[in-house]
Parts: sequence; C-alpha cells; structure tokens
Amino acid sequence: MSRAGAWRLGILGGAVALLELLCRLGAIKKITMIPPSEMALALGRLMAGPAMWPHAAKTFGNVAWAFLIAVLAGATIGVVLHALPGLRRALDPWLATWYAVPVFVFYPLFIVLFGMGDAPIIAIAFLFSVAAMTIATLDGLGRIPRVLRKTARVHRLTPIERALRIDLPSAFPYLLTGVKLALAYAFIGVIASEFILSGFGLGHEISFAYNNFDNRTMYGLMLFLLTAVVLINLVVQRIERRELRRRGR
Amino acid sequence: MKRRALDMLLVSVALVVLWQALHWRVGEEGLASPAATLRQIGEELESPRFWRHVAETAIAFGWALLYSAGGGLVLGLWFGFRRLAGEVAEPVLTAFASLPKVTLYPIMLLVFGLGLPAKVAFGAIHGIVPVVLFSMAAVRNLAPVLTRTARVLRLDARTTALTVLLPAALPEIVSGLRIGFSLTLLGVLIGEMFAAKRGLGFLIMNAIGLNDSGTIMTVATLLFAFAALANAALLALDRHLHHRGD
Amino acid sequence: MSQVHARLMGVSRVYPAAAGQAAVHALGPLDLDLRRGEFFGVVGPSGCGKSTLLDVVAGLAAPSEGRVTFEQRDVAGEVPDGIGVVFQEDASFGWLTVWDNVAFGLRRAGREAAEVQRRVDEALRFMGLVDFARAYPAQLSGGMRQRVCIARTLVMEPRLILLDEPFGALDAQTRLLMGDELLRLWRASGATVMLITHALDEAAMLSDRVGVMSARPGRFIDIIDTGWARERDSRIAAEPSFGALTARLWSLLRDESLKALGHQRP
Ligand SMILES: Nc1ncnc2c1ncn2[C@@H]1O[C@H](COP(=O)(O)OP(=O)(O)O)[C@@H](O)[C@H]1O
Ligand SMILES: [Mg+2]
Repeated sequence: MSRAGAWRLGILGGAVALLELLCRLGAIKKITMIPPSEMALALGRLMAGPAMWPHAAKTFGNVAWAFLIAVLAGATIGVVLHALPGLRRALDPWLATWYAVPVFVFYPLFIVLFGMGDAPIIAIAFLFSVAAMTIATLDGLGRIPRVLRKTARVHRLTPIERALRIDLPSAFPYLLTGVKLALAYAFIGVIASEFILSGFGLGHEISFAYNNFDNRTMYGLMLFLLTAVVLINLVVQRIERRELRRRGR
Repeated sequence: MKRRALDMLLVSVALVVLWQALHWRVGEEGLASPAATLRQIGEELESPRFWRHVAETAIAFGWALLYSAGGGLVLGLWFGFRRLAGEVAEPVLTAFASLPKVTLYPIMLLVFGLGLPAKVAFGAIHGIVPVVLFSMAAVRNLAPVLTRTARVLRLDARTTALTVLLPAALPEIVSGLRIGFSLTLLGVLIGEMFAAKRGLGFLIMNAIGLNDSGTIMTVATLLFAFAALANAALLALDRHLHHRGD
Repeated sequence: MSQVHARLMGVSRVYPAAAGQAAVHALGPLDLDLRRGEFFGVVGPSGCGKSTLLDVVAGLAAPSEGRVTFEQRDVAGEVPDGIGVVFQEDASFGWLTVWDNVAFGLRRAGREAAEVQRRVDEALRFMGLVDFARAYPAQLSGGMRQRVCIARTLVMEPRLILLDEPFGALDAQTRLLMGDELLRLWRASGATVMLITHALDEAAMLSDRVGVMSARPGRFIDIIDTGWARERDSRIAAEPSFGALTARLWSLLRDESLKALGHQRP
C-alpha cells in the first residue's frame, strides 16, 4: 500500500475508533449517535431482514431511470447545442446557472403532469442531473483538437464516421466525467425528494426513523445507502482513471 | 455586448412563453402563470413578513458561505502545498463530493438541534467540497518554473505567494468558489425544506403542502434571480481571470 | 518528366473578420506548379501563411480567390483521394494504440485484414516504431508521436504527400536521419512531396526545389533549383555548394523575417 493509503486508512480507522470510544464513554449521547459498531450491527440486521429491500429497490430503480434519461438527453442536447453555436452562446449563461434553480419547486407541477408515483421524483432527479451531462458533452466536443477534424477530412470520413471514430473517442474522458456527475446528481435528486416529499424509498425511511427517534434503524440505513453510493462511485471512477491514464493525463 | 443582451432577452422570452404554455396545460394548481407570479412578487416585496423569511435564509446562507469558502480555501491550499496531506485527503473528498449529503442531515439536527447552526453546517458541507478540490488542484497545477523564476528574482516567500503563486492559481480558485456558492445555497434551502419554521425553504415547503403554486413560483423566481445574478458576476470574474493574457 | 501534379492559379486566402478581430490576409495571390514526383520544399518566416498554403493545396480550406487543381481536377471543398497530410500539430489518436493508429486509414478503406497487417507492420518498421506497436501515443515522446502520424499517412500510399514542419519536435541529429528516411521513402514511392519547414538546411538538403515565401501575406519571392541528384542523403551537407545554397536562402529570407518580427511586435 502507498504511504498516503496507509495514512488514510490510519486516520479513518482512528476516527471510527475515537467515535466508538466517545459513544461508549457517554461523551456523545445515545440520542445523538450510536457507536459505529452498533451501526454495523444495525446494518447487518437490516440487510438480513425483508423490510428495507423494497425501499432500496425503489430508490435505486428511480436513480437508474433518472440517470439513464439524463445521460441520453444530456448527450443529445450537448450534440445539438454544439452544432448550433448561436443557440449555444445564448444558452451558455443559463446552463452555468442551472444549479441555482431549486428544482424541488417543480414537484407540484410534475404531480399534475405525471400523476403521483415515481415519475415526479424521477423528473426532479433528471432535472438535477441533465445539466451536468450537457455541460460535459459540450466541453468534450469543444476540446476536440482542430487538427483531428482536419485529419478526419484527409481520411475522407463521412459525418457519421467522423462522429463515431473521431469525435466520440476524443471526447470520451469528458463524457465519462459527465456520467459520473450525472450519477451523483441523480442520487441527490432522488434521495432529497424522498426525504422531503415522498412517502417511500430509503430517503423517506431515514427521515421516518429520525422523526421516530429510532436511531438504530436510521444509522443502519445511512450506512447502507452511503456505502452503496461510494461503491458505485468507485467503479465509475476506476473506469475514468483507466481512460485518463491511457491518454496520459 | 449588444448581441449578448439580445440573446439574453430572446431566451428569457422563450422561457416565459414556455412557462405560460405549461400553465395553460396544467392550470393554476400545478403552475401559477407568469403574470400572477409577477403580481405576487410585487406584493411580497412590500410585505415585512416575507422579508423576515428572506433575512432568516440570508443569515444562514451568509454563515454557511463563510465556512465553505473560507474553510475550503484554507483546506484546499493546505492539501495543495502539502503533497502527502493532499494525497491522503483526495479520495475521501471525491467520495464525499458524490454523496447525497441530505442523508446526513438528521445527524446535523441531532448534533446542533433544530435551528440556525444545523442549517449553516448543512449548507457548508455542501459547498466546501468543490472549493477544496479546486483550490487544491489550482496549487498543484502551478508550473514549477514559476517558483524557480521567483527564486531567480530573489523574492521572499511572502512576496512569492502574493505576487506569483496566488495570481497564477486564482482563476481555478474562483471557479471552485462559483460552484461552492451554488451548492451552499442549495444545501441551506434543502435544510430549510426538511426541517424549519422560517426561511424561504420553509415557505416553499409550506406552499407545496397547501398547493399554493403562486407562492412556490414567487419564491423560486426570486431565488433564481438572486442566484443567477450572483453567478453571472462570479462567472464574469471567472472568465476574465481565465482569459487574461490571451 | 516535368508533368504538373498540382497547380495553384492566382490563389489567395483571407481569414474573415471574427469577433473583435480584423480580417487576416494570410496568403497570396500566388501561382505554383508542383511537378509530379518532385520534392518541393517551402520556407518562410513564421506566420507567413505556410500552413494556410498546405490547407489550400489539400482542399482543407477553400481559396478566397483563384483555383487549385490536383491531377487536372479541381480541388473543391473536400480532400481529393491520393493526398496524404502530416500536420504541424500532434494528430495521433490518443484512444488507439500505435498499431491501430497506423491501421486507421486502411481499415476505413475496407482493406483485407491480411493486407492491413502486412502494410502496417511494414510502415512501423520503416518508421522505427515496431517495438511500440502496442503502446498508446501518450506513452511516446512528441517526436515519436509525429512519426506515428507520418506512418499513418505513408501507409495509405498517397501520390501527393504534404508535410507541415513534421520534424519540428525532433533534435537536430534525429532530424537529419529522419530527413534521410524521408528521401528514401520519396524515391521508393515515386510520390510528390511538399515539405514545409522552418529549417533552411533541411529545405536545402532535401528538396529538388525550394520555394521561399515572403512575410504575410505569403507569396513566393523566389523558387530555387537545388540541382541535387535523386540519389542523395544528409552527407551532401559536407559539399561546398550546400553552404552556398543555405547562405542564398538566408539572404533571401533575412529581410522578410525581420518584417515578420516587426509585424508581431506590439
Ligand atoms: N483560423 C484562422 N483564423 C484567423 N487567422 C488565422 C487562422 N489561421 C491562421 N491565421 C493567421 O494567418 C496567418 C498565417 O498563418 P499560418 O498559415 O498558420 O502561418 P505559418 O504556418 O506560416 O506559421 C497568421 O497571421 C495567422 O495568425
Ligand atoms: Mg504553420
């Protein structure tokens, strides 16, 4: 293991141990936080029982939908805007301001449009994550070196061939960054909606446990959710790293 | 410049048309009309009750921004200059950046109790990550030749930092601050939506419960206008810094 | 023998005014005949329009005025079949291995796998890249990446090869050797070569004719016959006539380079 890795493991391990100690000694009250070991036990209990899984399936399913639609739509919008520089220039400042829009306010609108159920939540998470993918796509397309475009013409590629053989692979690392961000934002969108608006899903369960002073369930669910997100992100990041390393960046 | 203004106008008009069309499609229940919203904005801006909510949010946001920007800068510079510290922290930071931090809000509430400190803490943990990551990258990407040049010019450490390194790293740092700004505001608002009795987030949440689309759109429009203006200013600074000298 | 391969008639190119910038008259008007099978060198002060000239000959940019023909046909809007280009910038595909980079054009042209294999291996051997076939461009030095681009062009067996300062990233010794390789290749393929370079000795050593360009807007102020035999290599640098030739190129260029410098000073 690298020196930094050892330090990291040591610091994180130390922090957990300290937390355990403080909780056991009563310096942190039981009503605030349960010891990490008990969080792990709670997590085990939740995973063994049937109660959590329908909520988990709902949450991850909604994230998957929002993420997929956002990636496809974001890439498409990016390609269209790149092809229409006039429109792009006009929309640029709005794109950069996108995350200032409190998208949750559209919940009532989406309920009228799509009815109750998952669709409004998916729509909110989609709105949250589509901009990241659009911006990344524009970034990637904008950074294709001009000399590669010329090379495509020397090889007499058709526009479609050029898009597939030059533009896409050249922009790929940027698209991956967009995918990574879109995933993170889809998670934020879905979980936050479940927290404050919906009556189902992991976010709602955590909020419900909090309101009922059920700290064991709450910390168990948190641990489950955060571990899952971190693991998913590690996979995406590994792919991104490999791609970047290959290109020497 | 003129062209920019025209673009801005055209897009704004398109948005209002889209808004109006959606309003006709879903009715008053789902989405208040632009005209009604504008009217209500006029009324709210005159009402002291509304301004109390604004002040509540503004104070929380101000403190949160102070922590995320100030704390983020200090941490970012430290991680940037101390290679090992940076290497230790970076994976943890990127993992933290991708977390749906709303999950952690109950912990904030349990630790700080209901009220201002929890909101501030929640806003700060949203905004601090991009500031740290960008400042760290800014310092790391400084060309070694800059430090060498400073040494050839026989500048002392302070002068080197102030006249060479900081100006060179500034554009990236401002980019991070801009993103941190938006995320801090988002964090404060989500905090208020989840658990608060005052503030703009509470107003929105309350209105959602009452199906009061007029208030929802009023608050949303004002929030957006504020964030967009601040963002535009930061963006202009950002662009200016990134493009100077070319 | 002196059959015209590509011809420029009254060609000029003006980059239209863009946001905040005035129009740039980059090239011409100029006439030029590239003879079939010759090695034509182009020298000129930096910014004089050499790369623009290459774009126009290749059909990558349309002339603002005048006509360009390649093999008696008008070059209009697209790059004609039979022209290969090596650009000044690194144009290697970072997402493909060296081998796949070189195979790119042959595969696009739908050649059989066996033929692709044979020709790519041969081109890699020729450019001294065999050991790096499986490497990605990011793992190579700038000079080697440029060699990948040269191999990718040569493997297509173009009839007209345009090279824009291809050895700019190489050290002086390697550059001489690469020049020898280029001469060998030129003789073996029978292709017409137009080589843009900022190194006067390189132009003098490699070319049958050297076109000397003026400061922007670039025109040919002289075209010099070197009179070298077709069989030649870098050892001609030792001959007295080589020194005289380089000196003549410099005396032609010195004033123009000064002008170009003056233009660039704020
Ligand atoms: N795309 C472009 N738009 C505007 N001006 C250009 C463009 N490309 C080149 N120029 C200008 O045209 C002139 C000639 O450029 P170039 O042909 O690249 O010169 P060289 O290759 O001889 O150095 C330069 O002054 C350059 O700034
Ligand atoms: Mg050039």
